[in-house]
Amino acid sequence: MKGLFNALIGIPTVALGLYLYLLLSRSGPLGYFQLLYTPYAIIVGQCVLVTPIIVSFTTSALESVDPEVRTLARTLGASGLQTDAVVLREAFWGVVLAVLAAFNRAFAELGVAMMLGGNIRNVTRVLTTAIALQTAMGEIALSIALSIILLGIVLSLSIIVSLARRPSR
Amino acid sequence: MTSHIETLNLTKRYDGLLALSQVSVRAPSENITAVVGVNGSGKTTLLRLLAGLDEPSEGTILIDARGVTAEELRNYCTMVFQKSIMLGGRVYDNIAYGLRINQVPRRDIAEKVKSALAIVNMDGFEKRKARKLSSGEQQRVAIARALALERAVVLIDEPTANLDPANATIIEQSIKEAARSRIVILTTHNLPQARRLSHRAVHLYQGRVVEEGETASFFANPRDERTKLFINGELQF
Repeated sequence: MKGLFNALIGIPTVALGLYLYLLLSRSGPLGYFQLLYTPYAIIVGQCVLVTPIIVSFTTSALESVDPEVRTLARTLGASGLQTDAVVLREAFWGVVLAVLAAFNRAFAELGVAMMLGGNIRNVTRVLTTAIALQTAMGEIALSIALSIILLGIVLSLSIIVSLARRPSR
Repeated sequence: MTSHIETLNLTKRYDGLLALSQVSVRAPSENITAVVGVNGSGKTTLLRLLAGLDEPSEGTILIDARGVTAEELRNYCTMVFQKSIMLGGRVYDNIAYGLRINQVPRRDIAEKVKSALAIVNMDGFEKRKARKLSSGEQQRVAIARALALERAVVLIDEPTANLDPANATIIEQSIKEAARSRIVILTTHNLPQARRLSHRAVHLYQGRVVEEGETASFFANPRDERTKLFINGELQF
């Protein structure tokens, strides 16, 4: 199962966007919900896109916890739920990194947002689709400014997580 | 107060492989019982059963002559492992963890942590990162963590294996201190240590008890031939 999610991490966003477009379009199986070209379509698409990343990275983080932690917790009187909680706590930073990687992937991708959102001004336009549009329109300066904002947000979050992680190590 | 823990015909098989066979031992309170034997003799298996980590294939474990389940055992016993396992965070968090999940009032936790650290001669270590300590110090924290819980039975698996003499001495003192009000069962293949620490000794060989008795007579006049060989370091396994 983990292998499947690992494989899905690398799925091209354009391909995913296309399949979801077919699903959500008016004549598609989920057309009834009329989600296409709404922010909800982008949310659905990004959730599908990042699920393999979260599952795969979180599984790896949980697997990296010493299996004896579970045994230790039980000898200290932990219930099944408390044992799971302590394993999750031990994998905390791995889970945070999984969420961060998923956020960065969703935040910085173009294909799904463009195909499912339609890049409608004030409705479904996001940073990446705005950059693509402005570049196509020859507004290179604006594109560069927007890309700096995009990079700034992604890098800032990564730096914040790195700094927060350091004292606990 | 719990007066003793005993096993009756305890047998454990792992995937058909016999790890323990018909083991009947008794460990009284305020005593240290040393379970000795060569590697693979079933010492750790016995401790895991007593700790309630595994279910016996056959046989019963009794506390004060009452049969108890593995789940109940976990409320009576706690275990210190040969390789100490430290949780992330501070020494304080490691010791307080067991207290928190056992609903010890928050106002009492700091005091109990302090007392437990004093027993293992680690006063003032509360804020140190547990995983940055030396292996000897980590083992002392593991013992403090077990003692802080104030369980009736403390099970200690090879407490000083691969530790330097200074840490080993402190750990032995801590075990003696623990036994003043508890049942302590420790496994070791360090015979001088078993002789120094324990009141009773049990020799396990190939999953069976081959000899059990007062430590002094166990070492001075072993009855079983295999125990004699083991004490002389000549037992093959």
